[in-house]
Amino acid sequence: MSDTAEGWVLRARGLRKQYGSGQALVRAVDGVDVDVAAGETVAVMGPSGCGKSTLLHLLGGLDRPSEGEVQLDGRRIDRMSERALARLRRTVVGFVFQAFHLMDELTALENVELPALLAGSSPRAARRRATELLDRVGLPDRAGFLPAALSGGQRQRVAVARALSNEPRVLLADEPTGNLDSAATLEVLRLFDSLHDAGQTLVIVTHDERIAATADRLISMRDGAFVDETRLTGGTTGQLAALVGLEG
Amino acid sequence: MRQEVVLAMLAKEPSHGYELRARLRHALGPLGEAMNAGQVYVTLTRLEKAGLVSSERSPAAADRPDRKVYALTAEGEERVGEWLVEVSWPKPDLAEFHLKLVAAASARLADPLGIVDAQRRELLRRLRDAQRAAMAEPDGSEAALLLEGIVLRLQADLRWLEACERSWTDRRNSTHRRSGS
Repeated sequence: MSDTAEGWVLRARGLRKQYGSGQALVRAVDGVDVDVAAGETVAVMGPSGCGKSTLLHLLGGLDRPSEGEVQLDGRRIDRMSERALARLRRTVVGFVFQAFHLMDELTALENVELPALLAGSSPRAARRRATELLDRVGLPDRAGFLPAALSGGQRQRVAVARALSNEPRVLLADEPTGNLDSAATLEVLRLFDSLHDAGQTLVIVTHDERIAATADRLISMRDGAFVDETRLTGGTTGQLAALVGLEG
Repeated sequence: MRQEVVLAMLAKEPSHGYELRARLRHALGPLGEAMNAGQVYVTLTRLEKAGLVSSERSPAAADRPDRKVYALTAEGEERVGEWLVEVSWPKPDLAEFHLKLVAAASARLADPLGIVDAQRRELLRRLRDAQRAAMAEPDGSEAALLLEGIVLRLQADLRWLEACERSWTDRRNSTHRRSGS
């Protein structure tokens, strides 16, 4: 558990993922090293097809690398048995996807309590937890609504509540604002910001500059590899007024 | 800020200078904080000289330093009407940045891709500021809409930088291939 003792929640070394062979060989992820510290929000940005979704799947144990290591919460997951990996995915990682992936026939509350029920919680404890989580994402009054009756931003907030159900060490999000308009994107960014303030570790892959700009660390990815890394912390530029023609 | 903005804010009803300032600050939110307190008064004085507003001392606020109540004149109303149908729009100076890249590459002064990276970081910092300010605005705020405009413009600029990066990467690669063969 030395890695978590040093404050790293997620660490990958020499990560590669290849598909096909010969002329048709695709290097989706091509030699990535990454460390994610506890409480950090990291955004990986790049055009579609740059390998960022594949990377997220490797980091969360949804897929196995062709080469390299992944350590999650201090444990090597690249060689873990399928069974141990499935347990880990239910307890240590939370996933958020572009298309929300909610169950259409279940209410918001039922969607959120599902992971706790699958992990063996009593129905009563699962319900209590789901109610708390809907409250936390600002949707206590939408508990009984089916996903179809919710706006895009609300559906994604329900999906985030579901992902938080088992108090994951890290939340992995794949284009969480990809299906959302400007106002709904702001809802999700506000939510991520409040999670960050509460100490949640977040890794977000996206091509949305707005998410990238609010992360602690921004990594640019091209053709399966990292090409640039920027920290955006620090004070304001004080230039907002100038941007709309309101100097001095 | 253009004089016509102050003029148009006065169109609602005759007002004191501080009432105009309050209206502007409400509409601009955090961006209004950068507004100089004297700016509105200087503008009102100029507008009065130009015959677009008239002023009257109000006895009700005799203890205030700015007792004057300003109102639009007929010419002022006409000017506001003209301003409303104008289609002027702020121009971003993309040509300057474009020429910076061209000059840097042709004289081998600097790597155009390095310039693009530095510019991207600067725009991301501004986007971060705008996004944080937007996240802090309450629902239904007037200023939130303005902040959204800044965010969307910065996103468009960042996408253009991505296009610059692609184009200069391709040019560099084709130069390498030519000099390599």
